[in-house]
Amino acid sequence: MEYLVFLVRRLLWSLLVLFGLSVVIFVIARGMPGDPARMALGPTASADQVAQLRETMGLDLPLVTQYVRYLGGLAQGDLGRSLLTGRSVSADISDTFAATFELVLATILIAFVVGLPLGVMAAQWKDRWPDNSIRLFALLSAVTPTFLLALLLQILAGYVLHVLPTTGRLPIGAGFSADITGLVTVDALLKGNWAILGEGLRHLILPAFALAAASVGQVALTTRASMIDVTSQDYVEAARAFGVPERVRVLKYMLRPALVAPMTILGLSFASLIGNAFVVELIFAWPGMASYGVRTILQKDLNAVMGVVMVSGAFFVMVNLAIDVATGLIDPRVRLGGRS
Amino acid sequence: MTLLSVRDLSVSFTTYGRTTQVLHDVSLDVPACSQIALVGESGSGKSVTMKAIMGLLSTPPARINSGQIFYDGEDLLTMPPARRMALRGTAMSMVFQDPMSSLNPVFTIGDQLGTILKYADRRLGRQRGRAGRRARVAEVLAQVRMREPERVAGSYPMQLSGGMRQRVLIAMALLSEPTLLIADEPGTALDVTTQAQILKLLKDLVEAKDLALLMITHNLGVVRETSSYVYVMHKGRVVEEAPTERLFAAPAEQYTRDLIAAVPRLTGPALTAATGEAARQGGGAP
Repeated sequence: MEYLVFLVRRLLWSLLVLFGLSVVIFVIARGMPGDPARMALGPTASADQVAQLRETMGLDLPLVTQYVRYLGGLAQGDLGRSLLTGRSVSADISDTFAATFELVLATILIAFVVGLPLGVMAAQWKDRWPDNSIRLFALLSAVTPTFLLALLLQILAGYVLHVLPTTGRLPIGAGFSADITGLVTVDALLKGNWAILGEGLRHLILPAFALAAASVGQVALTTRASMIDVTSQDYVEAARAFGVPERVRVLKYMLRPALVAPMTILGLSFASLIGNAFVVELIFAWPGMASYGVRTILQKDLNAVMGVVMVSGAFFVMVNLAIDVATGLIDPRVRLGGRS
Repeated sequence: MTLLSVRDLSVSFTTYGRTTQVLHDVSLDVPACSQIALVGESGSGKSVTMKAIMGLLSTPPARINSGQIFYDGEDLLTMPPARRMALRGTAMSMVFQDPMSSLNPVFTIGDQLGTILKYADRRLGRQRGRAGRRARVAEVLAQVRMREPERVAGSYPMQLSGGMRQRVLIAMALLSEPTLLIADEPGTALDVTTQAQILKLLKDLVEAKDLALLMITHNLGVVRETSSYVYVMHKGRVVEEAPTERLFAAPAEQYTRDLIAAVPRLTGPALTAATGEAARQGGGAP
């Protein structure tokens, strides 16, 4: 019951955050110098044509009215029309979002599957060589700029070793449409198409690892710190005194209370993850929302930019909500409130 | 017959290249079905003695330089590790001190006790299924006077009061029907009324089940309540041992007299100048 209240409250906060985001992005978009209508039509268009487009786009209305109209559209999932593609922004985003979602999902998966064991091992061999090498590795992967790592991986795996594809989600002409969830790997799995699943994974590896490196480092270091913190707790010693085997002590009694910190860190760093996804998608020609966002920013396609920002914001908020739910399930102290 | 016998135990710790000896030839005996107290101030070595008996010292930094610890005639320090593991938490078991930090906050009481029971069963070669374990956990929780053992088993530590958690820690120690119970100042983290109830419960259980009890404490009041024989530790040595009544009536060592003098009293004559001053100058009395 208390947990339900907690979740509802978090959900309401999320909506408030998104509302705030919509105000900020709207003010920035309208406050920027330059006339979107003039930019769309180009320098050769006549003043009459520009005025006409301004009227169609509603740019001649008072700012507050424009915002209310924008919000009304938003509530119905209408993000306006893109000047770049001429299609509705929501259609553009829904075409590209799945690719980004797949990339980010793989990144989070890698961050945990690689980062957690590294953190646990480092804590187990604290201050000895496995710990020192893991810390060095984690630090390096956390501080290497994503664009640099992406380029290095691409050159190494693609052009030197020729082991992995370096662009796109699937080979050109693969003739596979991900029409169930939009995620190539998941849809291939659902349809039992093993060849496409393999290809999808091969294409996913490089961009996902490039994007995940920073998070792997963060997760490993946070897990290490919180495992070491838990090691000195009386309940771990008690489990030892009662003869609970070390494997169970580490993987059950210590890891579970230690999980909350790396999960929270990952949620918070999710914003920079989306930012880095823009770079990674461009480098690996990944047909996602981020590369769509970059193109629209360069073209000053304001409706599309606002749409991408709103969707990214909603994505961020949803991921953090999911992490809150997960930490609540893992740690009853989160779920049952701070009573001690 | 002597159930537990510590003979000339010496332990040192090495940290940052400096070695400090913390136990000097400590000897003590716990006969079967007896209630023995080990009393001393913080840093006197009583916890290190307890950890050495339970096999909980981390080596390094700790090192057992010499001595033997016999349990039922077998030396714990030279027996195969697997055999020692089999005894730990089963034949000899421990009541932890701090009810706030000795239970894992993210698992239910039933889960934690069940896990301990599962591995104890495995070491002893006992067959017991999940349902059997659940029944045993509820049974032990009932023995420590939990009114709704099933509900307590389904609760997380944070949902229980300090006194209930301390009783859970006692239940934890009783799970595998031990013959020796080592209690590390149970209840010191609780208010005095609850602590008195906990000690009463512990004493009742020990007497009802004919267990041997080694009570480790800094509190002479607890010694008087729960033991028939006392060892007094100071600076890593056993400085005095005596039946409890005699120790209080006629302490032989100055240190013991200082300890007794430091106990606040509500009745009786005021402190004599000699003992009172000595206690204050010694500065070490709790």
